[in-house]
Amino acid sequence: MHIFIAKRLLIAIPTLILVSIFVFTLQKLLPGDPVLALAGEERDPATLDAIRAQLHLNDPIVVQYGRWIWAALQGDLGMSLRTNTPVTQLIAQKLPVTIQLAVMSMIVAVLCGIPGGIYAAVHKRRKGDYIVNILALSALSIPNFWLGIMMILLVSVNLGWLPASGYVSPVENFWLSMKTMLMPALVLGTGLSATLLRHTRSSMSGVLKSDYIRTARAKGLRPREVILGHAFRNAILPIITLMALLFGELLAGAVLTEQIFTIPGFGKLTVDAVFTRDYAVVQGVVMCTAVAFIAMNLVADVLYAFLNPRLRAKL
Amino acid sequence: MNFKMLASTALVAGLLAGGAQAADLKIALQDDPDVLDPAQSRSFVGRIVYAAMCDALVDIDADVNFVPKLATDWKFSDDGLKLVMNLRQGVKFQDGEDFNADAVVYTINRNMTMKESRRKSDLASVEKIEKTGDYQVTFTLKQPDASLVAQLYDRAGMIVAPKAAEAEGANFGAHPVCAGPFKFVERVPQDRIVLEKFDGYWNAKDIHFDKVTYLPIPDTTVRLANLQSGDVDLVDRIASTDADTVKANPKLGYAEVAGLGNMGIYFNLANGTGAKNPMGENKLLRQAFSLSIDRDAIDEVVFNGAALPGNQPWPPTSVWYDKTHPVPPRDIDKARALVKEAGFDRVKVTIKHANNPVVTQAMQMIQAMAAEAGFDVTLQSTEFATLLDDQSSGNFEVSRSDWSGRPDPDGNVYQFFTTKGGLNDPKYSNPEVDRLLNEARASTDPAVRKAKYDAFVGHLLEDNPIVYLGTQKYLYGFTAKLNGFKPLPDAMIRLQGVSKAD
Repeated sequence: MHIFIAKRLLIAIPTLILVSIFVFTLQKLLPGDPVLALAGEERDPATLDAIRAQLHLNDPIVVQYGRWIWAALQGDLGMSLRTNTPVTQLIAQKLPVTIQLAVMSMIVAVLCGIPGGIYAAVHKRRKGDYIVNILALSALSIPNFWLGIMMILLVSVNLGWLPASGYVSPVENFWLSMKTMLMPALVLGTGLSATLLRHTRSSMSGVLKSDYIRTARAKGLRPREVILGHAFRNAILPIITLMALLFGELLAGAVLTEQIFTIPGFGKLTVDAVFTRDYAVVQGVVMCTAVAFIAMNLVADVLYAFLNPRLRAKL
Repeated sequence: MNFKMLASTALVAGLLAGGAQAADLKIALQDDPDVLDPAQSRSFVGRIVYAAMCDALVDIDADVNFVPKLATDWKFSDDGLKLVMNLRQGVKFQDGEDFNADAVVYTINRNMTMKESRRKSDLASVEKIEKTGDYQVTFTLKQPDASLVAQLYDRAGMIVAPKAAEAEGANFGAHPVCAGPFKFVERVPQDRIVLEKFDGYWNAKDIHFDKVTYLPIPDTTVRLANLQSGDVDLVDRIASTDADTVKANPKLGYAEVAGLGNMGIYFNLANGTGAKNPMGENKLLRQAFSLSIDRDAIDEVVFNGAALPGNQPWPPTSVWYDKTHPVPPRDIDKARALVKEAGFDRVKVTIKHANNPVVTQAMQMIQAMAAEAGFDVTLQSTEFATLLDDQSSGNFEVSRSDWSGRPDPDGNVYQFFTTKGGLNDPKYSNPEVDRLLNEARASTDPAVRKAKYDAFVGHLLEDNPIVYLGTQKYLYGFTAKLNGFKPLPDAMIRLQGVSKAD
């Protein structure tokens, strides 16, 4: 098991280097001069040259990359060109926000998606299945930004139940934090729950057709035990992978949801950085996201092994 | 007795709690400001925060006259090469340091020499600054520059606490210390900027809030929703389409003010390869284009009446506006005749513009209007940073761009129309215009300057390197509990005299 994890971590190193080279070059291909974007309404040529020199933008791209990767290896991801804040500090500020949103959305998704999927599989091609499917399709089809704005107008403006937008840290005020994050988590979670539901349904219905389930039923086990104890334990495996990938995606930041609810998370950080050509921030955030994806995949594999004894023996 | 005491204590406590709540102000901003160091910052929205945090030497009044702030009075020498400023006494910085001539000299030198400073071009006309008294400084200029006072009203004239600035260096923006009514507490990028009342402020009697929080909320709908739900008290710039909603809501207040800037269409006359186009080569076509536009219709349809149609670099409400050249009504026959006179039947032209809904809608109207005069306009919607680069590097035929405006007329024209101007993206060059704008800058006599600018406007409307559409108004929504909020044309949110009822 340890060797397995160590191997996976070693494979992660070239992956991360490739990602960093890819992002570094892609950014340079973006149209638009970062210095102009930064200078705003100041356009004195001397000022522009000074900014360019300060950011080492005149160096060859290989030198720029070398300088960046050398600093990154020492834990320095550079400074935001726009706010003069260290990128590591920005990430440290945004990551907890994004994790909170990701966890809460995932809880919403799991609570709706998995039971919904099991129910639909058990009642396959019956009325319950159709209703659940229609709900799931609607949740998938409604765009987040529309749902978000509608919820703000209804819940915050008309009913006054929840704050319209913003972010409060759970350390500062736990209940207020939960309240501000509830609407975004619902908006994000409903979409994800539909994906989870569809996958749970197909995985479950596959398993429910297998021989050992027929045997279990024939033994006279109660339906509840057959479904949850026997069928679900096998059906959950592909769902775990899916959940890990979805969670990784959530950690990369939910751009639209964060924009609408003005949540200072990763997605908003990335988008603003791209628009202002704040290269150091884009680079830092993408690396961080890559690490998150690799970590989530590793977690999924380890969980797999725990849930499936056959795999455990192979590791 | 005990009960009475308990009750009165509870009442007092309740009142205090209520009072504390009412003394907090939350302002929703359109964007997140950049670095909060007056020497380094570039964003418009950052200046809104400075309006509460950093007093400048000079301020403006509602009619855009310069009025005293940290400087009590000032005078140019007769040759215009010296500016003497007397400073306010008894002023303290937010860290307790005294404000005096040394602090002003320190700040101006910091702005002129610090490597990271973005104020060097603002102060380009300054040769040196000297302390000529404990509360007096003298600027010596390389050449006369009437616009210097306007620079000292903006970030170049915001005086920072020397000890704090010296200690922090280029990192001053992380913990700025100025002489304004509110001191910096904390900032979480893209989330909030928190300021609290500075008790030692020289004009503390006009300040009625204990704490001000700025929340960057870029989406207009969400900004408005936050105001409607009571999560914020004041919204920086609401969309013109939302103005009626705010006006109709008895719980909300509404204010508007015409800005100092302009909306313009830039023609590439001589900037790189993009200059090879009929519009750039032929001024008759540009005149025809301008005549084909119905500026009033754009104001009504796109801006819901919240814009001032205009044809000069400053709005028609400005004292600098040349009334002998009023906004031209749409004249499609004349426009067609001019196109014919230029030797064209139809003219193909590509216009680049920022990819936001308001600009796009206005450009689509212009596209339709210009078509009637013989222009086949292709619109190219472009992301902002790319547009900026294209416009600067000459990768455009025609481009639509905004300028936030400056209180001194020089700030709206000099960089745009002089041959070497940094914002002269069309690369317009007219020796007569260079002469007029240099002379207007050199004179401190308003009458002389006005005559020069009027003469300049004549050339502008003949050559049309930039065709102006007008000036946008700044619209504000706020809770009806807010008293005393009066926006000024520079759109800075000043909190002096503003209070909030319980």
